[in-house]
Amino acid sequence: MFDLRHVWKRYETADALRDVNLSIPEGETTILIGPSGCGKSTLLRLLIGLIEPSEGEVIFEGERLQPGALIEMRRRMGYVIQDGGLFPHLTARENATLMAHYLGWSGDRVNDRLHELAELTHFPASGLDRHPAHLSGGQQQRVSLMRALMLDPRVLLMDEPLGALDPMIRAELQEELRDIFRTLKKTVVMVTHDLAEAAFFGHSIVLMRQGGVLQQGSLHELFHNPADEFVNRFIKAQRSHLDALKEDSP
Amino acid sequence: MRRAVTLLFALFLLAGLLTAASAQTIHVGSKNFTESVILGDIASQLIRDAGFQVDHRKGFGTRFLWNGLEQGDIDLYPEYTGTLTHEILSQQKIQTDDELRAALRERGLRMTKPLGFNNTYALAMRERRASELGVKTISDLRAHPDLAFGFSNEFMDRADGWPALKQRYNLPQTNVNGLEHDLAYRGLEGGSIDLADVYATDAEIEYYHLHVLEDDLGHFPEYKAVFLYREELRQSAPAVVERLDRLAGAISDDAMRSMNAQAKIEQIPDGQVASEFIRREFNLDTQTAQRTLWERFVYNTMRHLYLVGVSMAGAILIAIPLGVAAAKSRGFGQAILGVVSVIQTIPSLAIFVFMIPLLGIGAKPAIAALFFYSLLPIVRNTYAGLCGIPVSIRESAEAMGLPAFARLRLIELPLAFRSILAGVKTSVVINIGTATLGALIGAGGYGQPILTGIRLDNMGLIMEGAVPAAIMALAAQGLFELIERWLIPHALRS
Repeated sequence: MFDLRHVWKRYETADALRDVNLSIPEGETTILIGPSGCGKSTLLRLLIGLIEPSEGEVIFEGERLQPGALIEMRRRMGYVIQDGGLFPHLTARENATLMAHYLGWSGDRVNDRLHELAELTHFPASGLDRHPAHLSGGQQQRVSLMRALMLDPRVLLMDEPLGALDPMIRAELQEELRDIFRTLKKTVVMVTHDLAEAAFFGHSIVLMRQGGVLQQGSLHELFHNPADEFVNRFIKAQRSHLDALKEDSP
Repeated sequence: MRRAVTLLFALFLLAGLLTAASAQTIHVGSKNFTESVILGDIASQLIRDAGFQVDHRKGFGTRFLWNGLEQGDIDLYPEYTGTLTHEILSQQKIQTDDELRAALRERGLRMTKPLGFNNTYALAMRERRASELGVKTISDLRAHPDLAFGFSNEFMDRADGWPALKQRYNLPQTNVNGLEHDLAYRGLEGGSIDLADVYATDAEIEYYHLHVLEDDLGHFPEYKAVFLYREELRQSAPAVVERLDRLAGAISDDAMRSMNAQAKIEQIPDGQVASEFIRREFNLDTQTAQRTLWERFVYNTMRHLYLVGVSMAGAILIAIPLGVAAAKSRGFGQAILGVVSVIQTIPSLAIFVFMIPLLGIGAKPAIAALFFYSLLPIVRNTYAGLCGIPVSIRESAEAMGLPAFARLRLIELPLAFRSILAGVKTSVVINIGTATLGALIGAGGYGQPILTGIRLDNMGLIMEGAVPAAIMALAAQGLFELIERWLIPHALRS
């Protein structure tokens, strides 16, 4: 789905990404994880073209990301961020359908798609005509997800989508989100700093540190075959969570 | 949102257009003192009696009127020969009336024969004191070296003032002091001074029973009143010139002084003083029905709305795109904000004056000045409104695949709307207040009664302009709050 070749992102004070080579497989959920400042959010923003690489190239479905083609390519991606990024002046419905209306979809087609998504995301019909300020954090993220999925994109990019929610709602949404991913069989790239969440969602985990990719693989591989001492320590440090997770699952 | 901007724009433009006057008229000008306004009124009424539409604009400084006449915004105005030779055309060292006529003709201008009176500097004493001492002429003063003189500061300093006068007449007096012109009259009345400088047709001469001493050696330059008019009137409106010519020699010093006194001291309206003179002198009935307070209010309100409406429509149309450009490009943005801020630091009166060479006098330069003055709050608030949108929201719009212009239209401008509206509101309130200054350059509006009120020291007239201007500003503010309540969703009104 995505291929990154020798990608660097340099800022005046520091390098945010250093020579990243990465392939993101289709139909799977890939988790970008690492300590704060490791470059995982930068990488995600690079994938949707919000920032340009200083060097190297980003390939999406065999096509290089470049300014002229970006607008059309973004319509094949869905993007969800931590605080939802909903437009405060539009209702939930208007937020979700903005792009479809812009592209000139018929009213029926828009409505059908919206109700399909509301069902998928368990968003109540009564909330559709509310403004974001009158929705809870969890509901806002459901709207954000509906908005991202509206055009049925090829890939869903999510930057800590559950990071701002309180633990109860977060756990509930994690379950729902995983079900949605399974139903849709979509390629998903998700940024998190929480290994338990990574384990819960991820087929493939990309562990980053200081702008570079240390290791890409399943949790099992990262645990048993750490590429270096940092990977080992990072996994072990959060092991207690993993243990807890194991006890929970049958 | 778009509805709102369109609506606002249309509202201003409509207010402007509805109130624009369109008829072809003779433009009469007059200066910012009573005598000039009365002369302007006399000319206006005579010309109107000949069947023309007349627009009489009052309250200009000399320079504005002269420039207005040269540029054709004004067709005619009353002037003084001394002002022409000693101020306006002083570099040409004009000696005689014929030379003056030739100099005017080079500029496409004409002047009438003198109207009769000579509003020069003069020396005045109380009548009783003068007859006691037997003083009739300035030369007679030589016999009374102990008299106390009180002169205006201007007269003390002028080349043709006291120093030259003293030398010319060989005057022996040493008790000579400078003081305020208005205080001089009280000084004469109270007896603290015996003699003061006056203008020959001052209203106060009659009121304080003063005797004007004859300038028997002809020291003071002549300030003979004439009408200046544009040469093309001779072809396009000969009847106008014919009417002006009728005034040659028709107004004596005494007649003018008495008219000044009626207007300034008895507070009779200028127009009525003028029509009474015309009835006496020409046996013509030009008594125009005095406008009622309500008619004046409606007229001034329309003129004021015209100035505010057109200038605000233009400002909104230009300032919002400028604010958007400023927010989108950092370097360009700083330049725009810098330039617009500098414009704002220029005193509003100066902007009005700067516009005159470009646009003449009247409503046009006033609208241009108000336009420039209204830009900054809108540009700055548009800029601030756009820059205040959280990055996460801007990027969400971008990540959806919306093109830049659609993002601006659907997301960014609606989110900045509240701020933009606040900018427009600030602009309009400033604009309504500043527009009162437009009267200084002949634009009319609420400034007109304020100016006349200041000239005649009439608080009622000042209030006639000041109170509605304040109410209009408050009404505009209220209107914007209604628009805000109507158009901005609850969710955005934190």
